[in-house]
Amino acid sequence: MKFFKENREVQKFLGHPLAVPGLVVLGILYFIMIFAEFIAPYGFDNGSRENSYQPPSRIHFFHDGKFSLQPFVYPWSFSFNEFYERTYIEDKSRPCKLSLFVKGDEVKLWGIIPIKRHLFGIEDRSSRFYLLGADSVGRDLFSRLVYGSRISLTIGFIGVSVTAFLGFFIGGISGYYGGKADWVLMRFTECFMLVPSFFLMLALRSAFPMRLSSIQVYILIVAILSLIGWAGFARVIRGMALSISKRDFVTAARALGASGFRIITFHILPQTLSYAIVSMTLSIPAYILGESALSLIGLGIQEPSASWGNMLSAAMNVSDIQYHPWILIPGIFIFLAVMAFNFVGDGLRDALDPNKS
Amino acid sequence: MRDELIRRALVSVPQLLLMSFITFMFIDLAPGDILAKYRFDPRISSETVKMIESKYHFDKPIVVQYGHWLWRALHFDLGYSFSREAPVVSVIAERLFNTFLLSILTIIFTWAVAVPLGIYAAVKQYSWGDRILSFFSYFGMSLPGFFLALILMYLIYAGRSIPMLSAIPIGGMISPNYEDLSFWGKIVDRVAHLILPVIVLTIGALAGLQRISRGNMLEELRKQYITTARAKGLPEHKVIYGHALRNAINPLITLFGFEFSSLLSGAALLEIIVNWPGLGSLMLAAVRSQDTFLVMGSMLMGGMMLIAGNLIADILLVIADPRVRSR
Repeated sequence: MKFFKENREVQKFLGHPLAVPGLVVLGILYFIMIFAEFIAPYGFDNGSRENSYQPPSRIHFFHDGKFSLQPFVYPWSFSFNEFYERTYIEDKSRPCKLSLFVKGDEVKLWGIIPIKRHLFGIEDRSSRFYLLGADSVGRDLFSRLVYGSRISLTIGFIGVSVTAFLGFFIGGISGYYGGKADWVLMRFTECFMLVPSFFLMLALRSAFPMRLSSIQVYILIVAILSLIGWAGFARVIRGMALSISKRDFVTAARALGASGFRIITFHILPQTLSYAIVSMTLSIPAYILGESALSLIGLGIQEPSASWGNMLSAAMNVSDIQYHPWILIPGIFIFLAVMAFNFVGDGLRDALDPNKS
Repeated sequence: MRDELIRRALVSVPQLLLMSFITFMFIDLAPGDILAKYRFDPRISSETVKMIESKYHFDKPIVVQYGHWLWRALHFDLGYSFSREAPVVSVIAERLFNTFLLSILTIIFTWAVAVPLGIYAAVKQYSWGDRILSFFSYFGMSLPGFFLALILMYLIYAGRSIPMLSAIPIGGMISPNYEDLSFWGKIVDRVAHLILPVIVLTIGALAGLQRISRGNMLEELRKQYITTARAKGLPEHKVIYGHALRNAINPLITLFGFEFSSLLSGAALLEIIVNWPGLGSLMLAAVRSQDTFLVMGSMLMGGMMLIAGNLIADILLVIADPRVRSR
């Protein structure tokens, strides 16, 4: 605790007006992601065609004019209108009580621990509770959002780690050794900055079959996005390594006979760490958006797996949004996550970057 | 300085070629056969398939294939699009202008709006106007373009009973009845179709540029020459527009090349969403049908546009900044 109170950087970060809310939002999102199986009332592919595009369930406290402290929902029943479109109305005769820790489908938390109870839901198994509505095949949008976060929120961290490794490796070597190696490596690096990233992304994606399993697509997306993203980072690290390598402590290390590898990893790269942390945080949104964009246009995560991007692809048809506006909600989650990372990154920059303060 | 510009542009050409080589190798890894469509078509004889195969050297090793592709590319022949059954150059040329139009208009609008707003925010730092602008640019920076596009499409579609909104089309580049319109009708139709994509792209680029131009302007206003200018009794508008602004703009021009890259990427994705017949939507179709030459051609064109954009930024910087000129 003492460390947090006295550390100047931590104080500065906490003093940033937006960083703390950003951190809170991220905390909530990642908490939901970690306990997805417990928090989601239904499985990500648990659909029922009868409930196609069922609107979000309305939460009530009054039944027949009587107040009940325990909220409840009415099941929706549908009829077809003159255009053979489904119109949903609440069936007021059957209140279904909403409660915490209800028994539902048995799932395995993290694929290991079997659990039966979910955070919330309705006990009546014959009808369903849709917090944010249902999609075209009657799957619970909220549950899919929760499971989708497993993809959308991890891809940033994994992608950034690969990028950091490449950037440190190539930038460090280039900056420390200089000369011909530097020239060749930097011209090579620039190649990846020469084609607009979306075009490069599509070109690389085209090298693989369109139909892949979700895990293959996930790895592929990470690989593609890191390959696109590392160049800018490597160039900055190279610039920093170049100026650090002229400092006295590097000369001293060299005089003591330290190897190039040792100097780069133990003396030069740690000096770039605060820049790297800020830059990594601020580039996570690019990975989230990259995954969303690829999945949105159908080249990313495939049905029935859920990611925020492929859920949003349902909204590509405008008339569908008109009748079921809740299918836009995954976009709000993408926006929230991106904004939270930007806020936290901004706060970190103010706290860590001596040039800016 | 002219030599420097030429040298930089020339360096990027081999880099682009190296990139095309890497992509070519990658795409070759893809399973499937571009000629499968022809092979299984009973109307096409196996001799014809053989002929196409030997014309594009599909029967040779990949490096030889690339060599031939490169040789033709240097003669402005990017091969044949097997999915569209037309030469790649003509398929791309048609789309290139559309993407170009979208990008240019976005750049003009972004600069015309963002830079004045940035200057205003810097001059009136911490005023309510500045705070509101900061707030919006914070949100605008995080708002994904594709999501904004979907929201706007929904709003326009939902509000189509309002005459103003119903005039804005939510997709495509021309109306189905375009051919029947009069000359002025055609122009109005095209402009109307531009509104949605240009607004989305402008909002996407606006926030970042506004923040940066505000930051640059603030930095300049803090410098001593500004104090000197004020002390010698120069009117405030001259201090701001004559002295500070000129110096604050230069870093923005350098940034232009980088912004252009993200603009092209954003435009490509948006084209797919709003059904705009540009390079981005073309490339997606090419990727889906595994049309190698079209993918390569589109990527190369994207790269060329970026190089051209960077070159223009360099030239503008030379015009704007006498210090760069004398180097």
